Amino acid sequence: MSATEVRAAITQAHHEEWARVLAALASRFGDLDIAEEAAAEAFTTAVRRWAADGEPPNPGAWLTTTATRKAIDRIRRENKRAAKQTEAQMLYEHDDPPEPPDEGSIDDERLRLIFICCHPALSIETRVALTLRMVGGLTVTEIAHAFLVQETAMGQRITRAKAKIKMARVPFRVPAAEDLPGRVSAVLAVLYLVFNDGYLATGPNTGPVRHELTTEAIRLTRLVRALMPDDGEVAGLLALMLLIESRRNARVSASGELVPLDEQERAAWDMALIAEGHQLVRERLASGVAPGRYQILAAINAVHTSARRGRETDWSQVVALYDQLVRIDLSPIVVLNRAIAIAELDGPEVALATIDRLEDRLADYHAFHASRADLLRRLGRARESRAAYDKAIELAGNTAETTYLTRRRDELT
Amino acid sequence: MQYLFSVIHDSNELATPSEMAAIDAFNDRLVADGHWVFAGGLGGPDTATVIDNRGEQAVFTDGPFLESKEYLAGFWVIEAPDLDVALKLATEGSTHCNRKIEVRPFLGA
Repeated sequence: MSATEVRAAITQAHHEEWARVLAALASRFGDLDIAEEAAAEAFTTAVRRWAADGEPPNPGAWLTTTATRKAIDRIRRENKRAAKQTEAQMLYEHDDPPEPPDEGSIDDERLRLIFICCHPALSIETRVALTLRMVGGLTVTEIAHAFLVQETAMGQRITRAKAKIKMARVPFRVPAAEDLPGRVSAVLAVLYLVFNDGYLATGPNTGPVRHELTTEAIRLTRLVRALMPDDGEVAGLLALMLLIESRRNARVSASGELVPLDEQERAAWDMALIAEGHQLVRERLASGVAPGRYQILAAINAVHTSARRGRETDWSQVVALYDQLVRIDLSPIVVLNRAIAIAELDGPEVALATIDRLEDRLADYHAFHASRADLLRRLGRARESRAAYDKAIELAGNTAETTYLTRRRDELT
Repeated sequence: MQYLFSVIHDSNELATPSEMAAIDAFNDRLVADGHWVFAGGLGGPDTATVIDNRGEQAVFTDGPFLESKEYLAGFWVIEAPDLDVALKLATEGSTHCNRKIEVRPFLGA
């Protein structure tokens, strides 16, 4: 195999097999640290061996076997050092009787790995880092870079998490049916956070969108969907991400400025992603089950991506969906977004009255000021609009957004 | 596997009779389900004495080792197979005793 072919084969295997290899080892040895190190070593070995012997017929099985040997080697080494530590202790998971798989969920090792990484006993930042490392296979360097954190700090965060999981004995299993909805929503929150950190990247020296994060979030959500095909909110989150991602090429102009939805070049939207997103939304509608938050957000995005032109958007449908969302999500941001839709239906004055009532709770949120600025501009109240733009620019961290808001402010007369 | 549940409190008020009754009921359940190891309520931080005998002479200090608004008011030592079970018990315990609970694993099983 040529070096290029080997690299391509390893990259593909890494994408497809990392989580499976790591999950298999974590399940067998009950130790994330051992699993992570052995999986990484197996991939390093693959680079050397595949170049000499060619890619094995079943790369996943080859990697799991190699990683398992590496893990056993390490355990033997450590047992020699600490004779008291018995292998049985490392394998405590196997002392427990096997849990019967829950109805409606697939007891896949990767799913158990995801639940452990998104465990509620870990901070949200830790859950994100651990999920990207253990399930996504990103390196500590990549994760640190993505979240603008020092590499040593990110390394410590992950090391501490692994130690806590081991010492406090966070179980490696799919949660019981009664706990499943809450635990699934914790997983989805992590995936959505990764997506949003890519989609709304902040920082003065950061590109406006970090595609590596949006792409990774979608890949992981596809995995969760494959593992839990019957969960409506999983489908909803995937649809939501696909429909947002579909607009990625139209959302930032060549000069690096944010392009609002109604001004976007629709021909630049990714029709394949839109079709897939719409299909998922239709599936959920057909299920007849009351939709959760992600499904409603996906449906709103489906309305937007169904319109051939911005002015053909079915705003009454959008408002109706926000009405539904307000009933299950009390966040003032939902009220704000509903008001923006109301502006298209009932005019800026009605919307502004609603938005002004949110000031107490959203005074530090740039989108609150940006929305006010836009409505005030449409109402011809230039002086107040300028002040609102100033505030929005001050608070916005995304470079494309700042550029857009600055131009809008400077165009006020 | 054993876990320490530290009961965190921030006022001098003792548990009310209804809280005490709820704690008793919870304790009975811990015993019945095989989770019970030990538990107890503690006197307030004002009753604490800190002893430091690392030097030549033991030094006694009146009061807790750490002055803070929140303090350890009591504890459970419970037996649970894993953290999920422990957290579930702590969640119930927090309701029953009407206080915050910190969960920590004991070293070495």
